[in-house]
Amino acid sequence: MRIGIPKALLYFKYRIMWRSFFESLGHEVIASPDTNKTILDMGVNSSIDESCTSAKIFMGHVEWLIKHGEVDTIFIPRVVSYEDGDITCTKFHGLYDICRATYPDAKFLHHNIDYDHGHTELGAYKALGATLGAKPAESQTAYEKALEGLRLYEKELETKQEKVAKKDSLKVLMVAHPYNIYDKLIGEPILKALHELNCDVIFADIPESSAMCKRAETLSATVYWRYNKELIGAVDYYKNDIDGIIFLATFPCGPDSLAIELLTRRLKDIPMTTLIADSNFGEAGIQTRIESFIDILEARKKAVQNAKEI
Amino acid sequence: MQKKYKISFPHIGKCHIPVKKIMQTLLGDNGEVFAAPPITKRTIELGAKNSPEFVCVPFKYTMGNFIESLEQGANVLFQIGGDCRLGFYSEVQDEILKDLGYDFDFHTLKITGGNAKGVYEIFKKMNPKLTMAKAVKALALCVRTIYAMDGIEKYIRQNIGFEVQEGSLEAIEKRFLVEIEKAKSMLSAGRIYKKYLRQLKKVPLNKPADRMKIGVVGELYVLMEPFSNYFIEKELAKFGVEVTRFITASYLIFSPQHNVKKILEQSEGYCSYEIGADGTDSVAKSVVFAKEGYDGILHLKPFGCTPEINSIPICNRVSEDYGIPILYFSFDSQTSETGVKTRLEAFYDMLLMKKRGKAI
Repeated sequence: MRIGIPKALLYFKYRIMWRSFFESLGHEVIASPDTNKTILDMGVNSSIDESCTSAKIFMGHVEWLIKHGEVDTIFIPRVVSYEDGDITCTKFHGLYDICRATYPDAKFLHHNIDYDHGHTELGAYKALGATLGAKPAESQTAYEKALEGLRLYEKELETKQEKVAKKDSLKVLMVAHPYNIYDKLIGEPILKALHELNCDVIFADIPESSAMCKRAETLSATVYWRYNKELIGAVDYYKNDIDGIIFLATFPCGPDSLAIELLTRRLKDIPMTTLIADSNFGEAGIQTRIESFIDILEARKKAVQNAKEI
Repeated sequence: MQKKYKISFPHIGKCHIPVKKIMQTLLGDNGEVFAAPPITKRTIELGAKNSPEFVCVPFKYTMGNFIESLEQGANVLFQIGGDCRLGFYSEVQDEILKDLGYDFDFHTLKITGGNAKGVYEIFKKMNPKLTMAKAVKALALCVRTIYAMDGIEKYIRQNIGFEVQEGSLEAIEKRFLVEIEKAKSMLSAGRIYKKYLRQLKKVPLNKPADRMKIGVVGELYVLMEPFSNYFIEKELAKFGVEVTRFITASYLIFSPQHNVKKILEQSEGYCSYEIGADGTDSVAKSVVFAKEGYDGILHLKPFGCTPEINSIPICNRVSEDYGIPILYFSFDSQTSETGVKTRLEAFYDMLLMKKRGKAI
């Protein structure tokens, strides 16, 4: 079977795992292309105007797969709650039903990871495998292999980033959901601008998830969204290694609207800036803002070094 | 000397009546309890000014409530917690208010799932003389009062569009509220409810058999706080419409009907899973209204409310499949009242044309 995967939202967290799982079971995986203007427009037109930009982009990818993917079915992940009780934004709870309602004639495949309601990750992948005609044992083997692959990949990224964090260069911590910062339209122009300014970027989504979630409690006692806890924990983890923080959120992200407010109030000594991306995100405006932010960080770093030399 | 407590809490509809009463009973003579000053334009401006830019509007309203309560000397604040962003309101609001320089204690009560014991412990600390027996009695009265108020409101919502003498139902409700506030026990609250419901039922109505019926669904805060929805239900009723809404305080907090399995069942497969907070219920109740032959549905939500944004594409599908029109409203601190009225009127006209077309 040809299974389409939208290159948006959880794709950036789990793509390694999904691809491996489906391929182990003998299926072909087709990911939609990087987000482009056409995909964005399709998403904007098929979504409720108040939906967050990241979710609109997701819908655009789904529509692209329906129209151009020549796929048999499209995989819509449903991840609601994790083993330790953390939950995800309600956007992730509704995606599958939203896609069904928006494209009633398309074929969708989904899984449902929701520990709070007794649906473990293994169980979810077994059920997913079953809908594709795989035996439980086959699904389990495919799942274990996929998980192992994902872990190895994540570990590699982590090790690489640890080295960057130890460098003496100018470093910015990028506090953003993976689906925003690694998106071609939203995140890439920002990373390009930072690269051109010779600034090293530390990504808050890279360090090991459960350790970061635990760490998040030092900055927020009650936050319960998994993907925000990971980022908040990373802020605490890296706070002494970095020169500044960039918060990137899409308009009007529910969890980020509160989490960023809380962090900017609680972190007193680190320079930071917030970028809000919507469907009219302009590259020129971004460049100017990043340049001036990096100027400030450089000036500050120099001042500190000079003070040390005296 | 023991500290005198001044407890306050934000508004949501008329809930302040039973809430104030139970809190005062629990606090005893260790201080006073007062609801936030009534919501005005200033409340909203204060709230919006001190809130994150694109947070949902209940945050801004309750933020304004808190500031005005603190200005009146409150030193203990209560907020409710819920399943969506609401659960994270407290920590952020607490931080913002402390940054503004206020000194107070902040407590959060979870809206569903009930944590009566937690509430008892909070008050026991402030009022050492409080006994469990007294707390239970106060709670029973509070629950009965909420049911009574919701019952009266429901009758009025369905009939206010058909009064022969305009204002007669609300005049009775006003007297009811004064009396229910003074009720001493669960039993007397029940008696007061029955007495006023009888009075309401005696009010002459001119209710045609082919009257228009509109159901209301959406997010709980903007449904229950009429100031945030520009009194939309009343505006609608004025056209001579029977208005029905399932979401009330008693439904959300106490009703056995308010459970996931039941709600998913009601959604008839439009939702395979929960889509967040009240979003699933908005879909389910839209299906219920469609099946019961309502003429139209109003869907109300605060700007940016993720669960309700999830529900809209699915409600659209229900609307298309059943041929029932749905009008969506999104409220922010900047919504224009005239805009709301104009859209409402146009919706009513459209439904009327549709209805007459059918009759011919």
